[in-house]
Order: sequence, then structure tokens, then C-alpha cells
Amino acid sequence: MRIVAIAFMAFTEAVRDRILYSLLAFALAMIGSSIVLVRLSVGGEAKIVKDLGLGAISLVGVLIAVFIGVGLVSREIDRRTIYTIMARPICRAEFILGKFCGLGLTLLVNVAVMTVGLLSLAWLLEGRWSPELLPAVLLAYVELLLLTAAAILFSAFTTPTLSAIFTLSVFVIGRLIGDLRAFAEQFGGAGLRALATGLSYVFPNLARFNISEASVHALPLGTGYIPLALLYGGAYLILFLAAAMAIFARQDLK
Amino acid sequence: MLAIKTEGLCKDYRLGFWRRRTRVLHALDLTVEAGETFGYLGPNGAGKTTTLKLLLGLVLPSAGRAWLLEQEVGDPEVRAAVGFLPENPSFYDYLTGEEFLAYGARLAGIPRRRAREQIAALLDQVGLMGAGRMQLRKYSKGMLQRIGLAQALLGDPPLVILDEPMSGLDPIGRKEVRDIILRLRAEGRTVFFSSHIIPDVEMICDRVGILLGGRLARVGRLDELLGTEVESVEVTAVGLPEPIVEELGVLALAPPLVQGGRALFRLRGDVEVDKLLRRVLEAGGRIASVTPQKRGLEELFLAEVRAGARR
Repeated sequence: MRIVAIAFMAFTEAVRDRILYSLLAFALAMIGSSIVLVRLSVGGEAKIVKDLGLGAISLVGVLIAVFIGVGLVSREIDRRTIYTIMARPICRAEFILGKFCGLGLTLLVNVAVMTVGLLSLAWLLEGRWSPELLPAVLLAYVELLLLTAAAILFSAFTTPTLSAIFTLSVFVIGRLIGDLRAFAEQFGGAGLRALATGLSYVFPNLARFNISEASVHALPLGTGYIPLALLYGGAYLILFLAAAMAIFARQDLK
Repeated sequence: MLAIKTEGLCKDYRLGFWRRRTRVLHALDLTVEAGETFGYLGPNGAGKTTTLKLLLGLVLPSAGRAWLLEQEVGDPEVRAAVGFLPENPSFYDYLTGEEFLAYGARLAGIPRRRAREQIAALLDQVGLMGAGRMQLRKYSKGMLQRIGLAQALLGDPPLVILDEPMSGLDPIGRKEVRDIILRLRAEGRTVFFSSHIIPDVEMICDRVGILLGGRLARVGRLDELLGTEVESVEVTAVGLPEPIVEELGVLALAPPLVQGGRALFRLRGDVEVDKLLRRVLEAGGRIASVTPQKRGLEELFLAEVRAGARR
């Protein structure tokens, strides 16, 4: 009940944030403008739209998760609005979880709006619905939830600017970690291999959540890929949120 | 029953460039009985707000323990019976007064229907009946203080903790807050509030504590701390010739104040008062007033601050 109240308030606050609308408009414009590329290409028009559309959903989602996520806790402390909230019978873990759910809901609504835009455009081009895109959207959403949890984790102990830098680093390293490890295995020395292995244990391999190529080109993913990816994402999500709760529980709200 | 109890409560902060550990609250031992109105006095930076935040679990103690309503403060559920107004409160300014109170009620676990009734009653009590549907960004400072008080009273908590509730308010606003505190006192609730507006504290508190440099310098009932003894007597005489005023000046503690034919004498005790009254009547003057002067909280507070500075 209390978590729901905090989540709903975080959602309300995000909905009133102009940055959200700017990013959403940017994403829809990006999806819409892919029509121009379609005219320049020969064959595979709808695939270009789908590819670009999934990219736009992911990019804009990442920007929302990072830039709204890093302010979720720190802004409450800076504005001193947190005093009247935490003076209620709420434990700190509930606050973190409520904030996470609030931004998760904001992202869900945004991803849904962008997905409807993309599916509608694909329908206009192909004359049919493209449900094969939905697993890609689902995993992109899980990746966004992971980044939201990372943003909350960092913002629990550092400034919003540093939190944004750290969260974007998680995104970049997470997307490249698989390639880096493969490169280190093939060409690197013992040091690089150890570094790549160490990083792969700490950072989530976010490339696992990017299946847009397979979805757009209808490539087989292998049975159990999506449930396994969901489990993998869930495990990291629990880890990030537990760390955020543990840090926030020891913090003085000065 | 004890509403508040602390044992050896300490708080250290890491301050400055080198983040040196600095103790801002030193082994605070304090008890507040249920039903008391307790004024927590101290100059800026004395550690009043830190104490309140420790009691509410907003900051964590470096040492010592604290209890609210006989439950240790580490348990969040204890705060279900506590209302809190922070200093210079800041709220979500895009919410209306009613929405803000409804959010507070949800966090406090108050059922929706009861919350609706309470919100209307509280808005009425704090004089914001017509402003409930106005966004908080449009509220004046006094209105924000009052909506803050209303949210602190959601759920009828038996213990209300207020951090500088009169700060920044005009005299009318201060009186309204005083009246609310007096009403809470009449209802038998415990009110613990910090302030540096001493006349307000003197007017409404049963007991006071004076905090200086993070240490509790004095604590007790107002009459115990201030005593009942008359410190001096002020006598105002009318129609005295100037030479007589000068002659009687030797009886006074300070040179008499003369204005518009009235002379004000501050005298040590009964002997001096008797002598002065007799002489005034002999000289054909008239006595306008005789006022015994007791020691006030302000004098006590200033004396403690000076003593603290010397220590």
C-alpha cells in the first residue's frame, strides 16, 4: 500500500516532467522519420523502420531511465521533501522500491506509446501487424528496468551528475562486455583476459537483452532464450535494488 | 508513560574539506512525559534539529538509544503514532493541499474514507478550508507552515514533534500556531517542539530544555527553572519635581527613566519600595503603578548562553 503510494507519486512527478515529453516526442519523430530512409532504400523498407524503431525505443528509454532515475532519491533529499515522507511509518527499503516501481511504470507507459507508434507504422507499410517485435520490446524494457535500478543505486550514495555518468557507464560496458570478452579470449594477453572476465562478473551483459536484429529478420533465438534472459535480468535487478536499499538504509537524511 | 526517552544519544557528522568527525550532539539524556508540552530551546546550530531527526530515524545515532512512546526508534512502525513538521517545510509544489494531505494519509496507512473526513477537518482547523484545491506552489510561507501542521496531525497522533513551528511567521501566524499547540495540549497529546522564539515557549510549555553546543545545559519545569522569587520591583511615579527624582535615584538599581512627567524606578526589594513610596507621597507625587519583576525565560536562556560561551 505504502509502496504503491510512493510509486504513484514518483509516476505523477515524472509525468509532470517536461524532459519526458521531449524524449517521447524525439522518439516518435525518430520512428516517423524512418519513412524518409525507406524511400531511399531498395527492398526491406519495413525492416528499416522496425530496426530504427526498436533502436529509438531503447535509446529514449535509456535516457529516461538515467536522467529521471538519478534524481529519484537525491532530488527528494535536496528539496527536503523526504522528511515528511520518511517521518511516516515507512522503512527505507519501501521508499527505494516505491521509487523504482514509479519509474518502472513511467517507462512502461512510454515504451507502450512508442511501441504502438512503431507497430502502426509497420502496419501502414506492410498491411499486417508485427507481433514478432514484442519479445524485443519486452527485453528492451527489462534492460531499462536494470538501468533504473542502477541509477537508483548510484544516486543513493553520490551526486546526480556522477550517478548519470556511472549509470551510462553500466549501459556502455554492459552492451560491450560480451564483445570485449570475446576479443580478449582471441587476441588479448592474460591481463586483458582477467579484466574482461572480472568486468563480466560485475556488469550485466546487456547485449543479451538486445534481440532486435533477430526479431526484425525473424532469426531463431533458441528455445528458452527469453525466459533465461528474464531470469538473468531479474537476478541483477534484485542485486542492484538490494545494494541500493542497503546503502540508503545507512544514509543520514541531513 | 514516557512519550520520549533518550539515553546517551550522540551524533557525529563528517564536516569540512577533510571530512573530520565532529560531534554535534553529546550524550543526550532526556525524558518527556506523555501529555507534556516540551519546548526545546537553543541557539542556531545547537543540535535541536539533529535531535529531532534522530528521534524520527531520519539520521542514525553514532551512539546511544532513543525511544518514542516506549518503543525503540529503529522500528518504523513507531512513527505511526507520531506527527512531524520539519523546519521550513518543503513539499511537492505541484500537488494541491488536499492531494498532499491524501498522500500523507496513504503513507500513514489511514483508510481512505477516514482520511477524507480528517483532511476536511484539518484544513478547517488550520484555516486553509478555501485553499485545499490550490497548488502548494501558490501557498504563502504561512500557508505552507499551516498545511505542514495539518499533515503532522493526520491520524490524530498522540505525539507531535514540531521543528521551529513559528519560524518565519507573522504575529498572527504565530498566534494561530500557538493556539493549535494549546489545543493539542488540552486534548492530552504530547507536543515536543524546538524553537528560538522564547516568549512563545514561555507562554505554552510545561517543561523546557536548553541545548547549547550539542549539550543539554538545563531541563525542567518552567517554574523550577525561573523560580518564584521577585527579582526587582518597578515603580512609576507621577508629578515629582526633578530634584526629588534625583534624590530617589539613589534607591534604584539603575538611573530612573523620566518621560512626560512620569518617572520609572527599578528597585531591589521591599525596603527600597517602602522608602520610595513614602517619599513620593510626602513630596506631593502620585504612584501610578507598582510591578514586581520575575526572572523570565529569556533572561535564563541568555544567562545560559553566556555561561556556555565562557565554558
